[in-house]
Amino acid sequence: MMKNIPMAALIGLTITVVYFLAAIFASFIAPYGMAEIVGDVWEPASAEHLLGTDNIGRDLLTRMIYGGQTTIFIATMGTILSFVTGSSLGFLAAVLGGWADQLLSRTVDLIMAIPSLIMALVILAMVPVTVPVLILVMGFLDATRVFRLARSVAVDINVMDYVEAARLRGEGGAWVIFREILPNALSPLVAELGLRFIFMVLFISTLSFLGLGVQPPLADWGGIVKENKDGIVYGIGAALYPAIAIATLAISVNLVADWVLNRTTSLKGGRG
Amino acid sequence: MHPIIKLVAQRLALGILLLFAASAMIFGLTEALPGDAAQAVLGQAATPESLANLREEMGLNEPAITRYFDWLGGIMTGDLGTSIVNRLDIGESVGKRLGNTLFLAFWAAVVSVPLAIFLGLLAVRYRDRWPDKLISAVTLTTISIPEFLIGYVLVYFIAVKLGWGSALAMVNDSMSLGQKLNAIALPVLVLTLVVLAHMMRMTRAAILNVMQSPYIETAELKGLSTFNVIAKHAFPNAVSPIVNVVMLNLAYLVVGVVVVEVVFVYPGMGQFLVDAVTKRDVPVVLACGVIFAAIYIGLNMMADIISILANPRLRHPK
Repeated sequence: MMKNIPMAALIGLTITVVYFLAAIFASFIAPYGMAEIVGDVWEPASAEHLLGTDNIGRDLLTRMIYGGQTTIFIATMGTILSFVTGSSLGFLAAVLGGWADQLLSRTVDLIMAIPSLIMALVILAMVPVTVPVLILVMGFLDATRVFRLARSVAVDINVMDYVEAARLRGEGGAWVIFREILPNALSPLVAELGLRFIFMVLFISTLSFLGLGVQPPLADWGGIVKENKDGIVYGIGAALYPAIAIATLAISVNLVADWVLNRTTSLKGGRG
Repeated sequence: MHPIIKLVAQRLALGILLLFAASAMIFGLTEALPGDAAQAVLGQAATPESLANLREEMGLNEPAITRYFDWLGGIMTGDLGTSIVNRLDIGESVGKRLGNTLFLAFWAAVVSVPLAIFLGLLAVRYRDRWPDKLISAVTLTTISIPEFLIGYVLVYFIAVKLGWGSALAMVNDSMSLGQKLNAIALPVLVLTLVVLAHMMRMTRAAILNVMQSPYIETAELKGLSTFNVIAKHAFPNAVSPIVNVVMLNLAYLVVGVVVVEVVFVYPGMGQFLVDAVTKRDVPVVLACGVIFAAIYIGLNMMADIISILANPRLRHPK
């Protein structure tokens, strides 16, 4: 499986892994403490501060590493939540059919009729903005997209002969979902996983930038932009580092997702 | 009844139903979530007395259904309520800001739509050769960066380093159209980059899809020139998907505007909404949320209707 991995996917995979490792071991590799003030305001890059310092004199490299940890953690948890909810409801809707399917599908249509950023803002106006709340809001809003994909894939699989055979030999709904549909629906879902993860990274960064995401002093990539944006008019580029981080992570994950998708479509002759 | 009229009527009815459902859901969300508007304004530390007073004043003691219909009736008649932070009439503040937002979105659309279709065609024409690959690489990059960061990167390089424009997009009524356009040049550029990528990718896919149809092959085989194949066979069938793509992206533009307005401190609806969320000004959040949802749903509905009208198969019922 790993032998025919194309160059682009390999680069993507390497960068993605590096980002995740940096996130996991943030406290070991960061040169300073997360909220520790170690220098002057917006110091230029030097040997002590490889990326310079931020708007109140914290080491920017440290903030970027911890920021990556927060952003990647929230995005990962959100993606997991979105996939577990979205795909289980999607499979259920496809297998049950009838009114249960109608109810779930129409509810999802309704939620998707409102842009998710607007929905998130309306919700965040009412509840206190904390990390678990953000994960829940983003996860559930995004679950609608996973639901649609999972349902459409499962509806196609549900009418296959082998599913029919399983039903005729008397298997229950749980068997059909976990032993027949899930293994066959896995490839398109895995390819989608990458795209949803990127979407989560962009979403949480946007919310933090608007001041409605991760709250200070906790660092995250969107928040670093918000904190340092005033420096831009003076030609201080501190706010632009997250752009590089987000873009490289997103492109890397995209390259991996593309590869997974191509591999699975060539095997199965389509997205199911 | 002609099937097209029937289909269009169905879409319209569905769109209006969706609007009501969406308004009910937005209103319901603010009801169902823990803490009400009064709590949101006063914070967790509020005394029970002041909470009770504010609830009385805001009419929160009425049942939710009554309040929903009052609120909905108000919106229908143009009364959006009053802000609980500064007591100003929301309708008045929204009116001007909505105009500004639509102005920004309009010019972004004017620039991006023709450009996206042109580049999409170019990518199809030179499929799998360098122009196509270059376009794909650029689009992949712009999709991978959030709007606000594209904004700051452009501000940093174009406005600050090169000194070609302003980092802020202030507009007011005393400015001429030319001055206004000059002021919004950078935000328009950001929005264009954001929607261009999606629009181009989808246009490319839509046209490729049509070009691979058997009837295109037939047209080629019977000896039509490339121009005739595209003009007479490919184009009529590609109109519907392309219009759909354009509409979907205009809807996306309306949301993208929220973030871009904050970046450029542009006096529009997005900035207004974000401020209201930060201050927990629930009536303003509700009003802005419904307006954004209505524009979004309206554009999606128009996309559906136009693709019904543009579908040649539906024009000649069997």
